[in-house]
Formats: sequence, C-alpha cells, structure tokens
Amino acid sequence: MKLIFEKSIPGRGQDIFPACDVPCKLPDAPLREKKAHLPEISENEMGRHYTALAKRAHGVNDGFYPLGSCTMKHNPRIDEKMAALPGFAKLHPLQPADTVKGAHELIAELEKFLCEITGMAGVTFQPAAGAHGEFTGLLLIKAYHTDRGDIERNEIIVPDAAHGTNPASATMAGYKTIVIKSNENGTVDIDDLKAHLGPKTAGLMLTNPNTVGLFDPNIMEITKLVHEAGGLCYYDGANLNAVIGIVRPADIGFDVIHMNLHKTFSTPHGGGGPGSGPCAYKDFLAPFAPGLVCKDGKNYERAEKSIGNMTGFYGNFLVMVKAYTYLLTVGKEVYTLAQNAVLNANYMQEKLKDIYPIAFDTTCMHEFVIGLDPIYRETHVSALDVAKALLDYGIHPPTIYFPLIVHEALMIEPTETETKETLDEAITAFREIYERIFNAPETVQNAPQTTPVLRLDDTKAAREPHLRYTFE
Amino acid sequence: MNTPKELKYSRDDEWIRYEGEEAYIGITDYAQSELGDLVFVNLPEVDDEVVAGEALGDVESVKAVADVISPVSGVVLEINEDLLDDASLINSDPYGSWFVKVGSIGDNVELLSADEYEEYRG
Repeated sequence: MKLIFEKSIPGRGQDIFPACDVPCKLPDAPLREKKAHLPEISENEMGRHYTALAKRAHGVNDGFYPLGSCTMKHNPRIDEKMAALPGFAKLHPLQPADTVKGAHELIAELEKFLCEITGMAGVTFQPAAGAHGEFTGLLLIKAYHTDRGDIERNEIIVPDAAHGTNPASATMAGYKTIVIKSNENGTVDIDDLKAHLGPKTAGLMLTNPNTVGLFDPNIMEITKLVHEAGGLCYYDGANLNAVIGIVRPADIGFDVIHMNLHKTFSTPHGGGGPGSGPCAYKDFLAPFAPGLVCKDGKNYERAEKSIGNMTGFYGNFLVMVKAYTYLLTVGKEVYTLAQNAVLNANYMQEKLKDIYPIAFDTTCMHEFVIGLDPIYRETHVSALDVAKALLDYGIHPPTIYFPLIVHEALMIEPTETETKETLDEAITAFREIYERIFNAPETVQNAPQTTPVLRLDDTKAAREPHLRYTFE
Repeated sequence: MNTPKELKYSRDDEWIRYEGEEAYIGITDYAQSELGDLVFVNLPEVDDEVVAGEALGDVESVKAVADVISPVSGVVLEINEDLLDDASLINSDPYGSWFVKVGSIGDNVELLSADEYEEYRG
C-alpha cells in the first residue's frame, strides 16, 4: 500500500477554502525556510486512504484482543458520547473557574468514587498515564520520608515479575531498584523480601494480582513486613480490573496506588493515548499531593508541601469524563466486572491446560500465563510462532515473552466483556494450533499467511530502523 | 550449549576470563540463546567502577532487556566498542564478544567451573 505522501500530486488538494488572498504579515523569524511537506490529495482519496489503513488494522472492534496485562476490553459507546459533549470537549483549562464548575464537580465526584473503590483518602488526576502515576506515587513516598528527615532510604523493592515500568519509575524518582525473587508458586518469596528489607527501604512496589495473574495469598504479611521496616507500600493498579469492587488496596496495606483509567475504567487505548493514571494516597500523604487539590468539592488549592506539578492543569480531563460515565453506568455492581474477568480467564485456562503447560497451575485471576518452553524444546515452535498463527484466526495475539520469569510466555487476558462464544472460538484456535505444532510445525513457524503483511523481521527492524520518510 | 573449560561462570550467566591481574567479562552462550537476537548493548565507560553482583550494563533483544551483572568488583579498563555497533556479534560469538576488561579486581560473586555451570543450566 502506498503512503499518503506517495499518493500526493502537486497542486491537487481540497477546495474547501478558496486560495488565500490576504498578504502574509508575519515577521520573518518564525517562518519556516522550506515549505512543509504536506500531502496534496483530494478529500475523496484521503478518505479512502485512511479507510484502507483502518481495514488493515486489528482492534477490539474487529475481534478478540487478549493482550495480557493490557485489559483490552470493550469501551461502552456512551462513555465516548459523554466525553464528546461540547460542554466538556470544548472546555479550556485556563477558563475562569466559575465557568467550569460542572467539570470541577465531575472531577470531585470521580475522586470520591475512586476513593471508595481503593479505600484511599485522596486522588490526584495529574498523571497522564500509568507509568506517570507510578512516578508520582514514588515522589509522594520520597517526599514523605524526606519530610520526616529520614533521608537514608534510597531503595525500592520490586519483584522479578513486575512490569518493566516499576524499576524505570523507581530510577526516575532517584531510587535504587532492588529486585526480589518470586517463589515456586509465582508470588513474592517472603524470605527474599525479608533479606532485602532494612533501614534503606523506602518502599515496595507490587502488582496484585501480579503479572502471572495470581493474587498473592501472603499480601497482609508482605505489607506488614514493609511497614515494620519503615517503608511504604505502592500498589501498581495495572491489574485492578481483577479485583475492583472486591478488594480495596488500602485494606491490604497499601499506602499509595495508581490506576489506569484508560484500562479499568474504559478508554480506548493501545495507540499511545491519551491515558490517565490517577494516583490515590492515604491521608498522611495528602500534604504532598501534586497540582491543585479539591478539598470541599468546589474550590481547588495547592497542598501545603506539594511535590509540584506532574503535568499542566488537572490531567487528561476527557478520560475522566469517560471513567465517570463508566462508573455511573456500572454502579454498585462494579464487582461483577472483576468476577467476569476472573471467570473468563479461568474458563480459558481450564479449556487449554490439558495441552498447553500453564506456568502456575492454580486458579488464576483475570489472566493466566502459558509457559511454552517444554513444547518449544521438543518442536522448536516458539511463543512467537503461536502468536503469529493466531493472527490467521482473526485474533490479536496475547502478550509474549512477559513476564520474564516464565520462559516462552504467552500471557492471556480475555477481559470481562467477551462472550462465551468468543472464548470458545479462541479456545478452538489455540487447540488447532496445538495440533499443527506437532503435525505440521512449519505452518505455525511460517504464520501468518492471511494478513496484509506476513512475518516481519523484527530483528532487522530493531537493528536497522528506518525512522523517517525521506522526501526526494 | 557451548561452555569453554578455561572460563569461569556466574549464576547470572556471565563468563569471566582472567589474564593476570585483569579480566574480560561477557555473557554466556546460554544467555544469548535465551535472549534471542540482540539488538542493543549498553556498556559502562572506561574508569567506571563495577561492583560484584551489580549491573555493569545491559543487553536488549527483540524479546527483553536484561542487566549484565558484573561477576567481580573492579575498574573498567577497556570496553568493546564493536558491540555498540553490532550487538549480533554476541549471538554469533558469545565468548569472543567480551563486554569489558576490568582491573584492580576486588571481591567476586560465587564463580562456577564450566562443568558446574553446565550442570546449573543443563
């Protein structure tokens, strides 16, 4: 398929506006020296171009999308509709406060909902997405320790199954990451945790359920141990979808948490945003909250020892509108999301575990991990091959090669919005691929065969990237 | 799995080759094969101190990023700049592709013989 620049023909364009007959009065300095390379193409051709691109992509609207740890669930259209209301969509963050009272009220209400869901005392909506929320949470932890004069604490403990963003956020916040091992059940190794706790521990970052889809049964002991060592507990809310309405992170010993509104609370994501990663905290961290804080549901002010601004203004407001709409439509039955997400994952796991090796064979939460390693060693068909073969069935592949503690990992998260029929189709696809691994392995190793592009050379793409289109 | 007898190995899958007071460090054949096609390498700078059991750099493959854990404490005397240009050298020749040469060697992590390492990863 041609790029839009290759379809461009000089002089062809769109005749929405007549040619400009006003002389340009801009000073020379800000003017570009060369004309911008803009494609010149008729409106009709442009529409076709983007429709063709859309047809070649795969999203939640096209089919099953069990991308583990990403919660690619259906986003109710009403959320989009509400976010598109001109009264929300056309607001400007610099508008005088008394002209945006409705928006302020929505933010304050959403904060109340999220406090109820997490058990926390306050929420900042400043973080633009998940990892930014982690960074914010760690800065709160740091501000707390510094404020008490406890400045020797420079270590953040992160399990080896953690999302890569955890150690990255810890490094950004100026901490040293201490990686602890998972035990044979795929959860935190308590002895290894104890061995690394001490006067240098600033905190622990934990995803629960973790990235192998398991809820840590020792969570109360884990958070107690960290607190006894003087550290704080950070909850990575990436997997909140699995426990929402059932477990409140504050009740299991966490002091600060981020949520991904774009995942758990419905905003189409995966294409680079906009996201929203609000950070919720217990009362004792409130004095350090970033940005403007609403204390009475009406007026916004700065916290006394604020860590500053994490982003401009209030954060990505329209994502908040979607989350607010979502929670209003789901209502008190929010726990059914978690129940169905967990049920769907367990259904798939049960239907596949007789042939595919499950990394940690126990009741899972919202996702489960296949460790294809024994099959790979026998047949040389890899997790990547299975992922590519799924494309021919119209299924987006699961997350592969993550978490790192599982060799040849395939991490499957069906989400609560898929029907039993869709899950059954996916199970059939997985089982057919399994047959092919043993009967015709080359058909899996050479997959996909029906997609607009076939197997890409990702090594070459990484080693010799062409990142810019060069104009003649 | 290729495991030359003359080298020592760490449980973090690095090899070390002593030459007098100095030593060369790289990652094992097992490590490169688990990581798959390597695409980037981060190395320390000459004169940097490395600490036994802590990362001296990292490697990135199409699958994952992994720390390269130094088996010894010491000071970096030389880095292998060829790897910065072409990380695939590590895949094709893991024991020829040293990452760093270190001197002023202090303590070390537990080091295994080739046989012990093969048994550990076998």
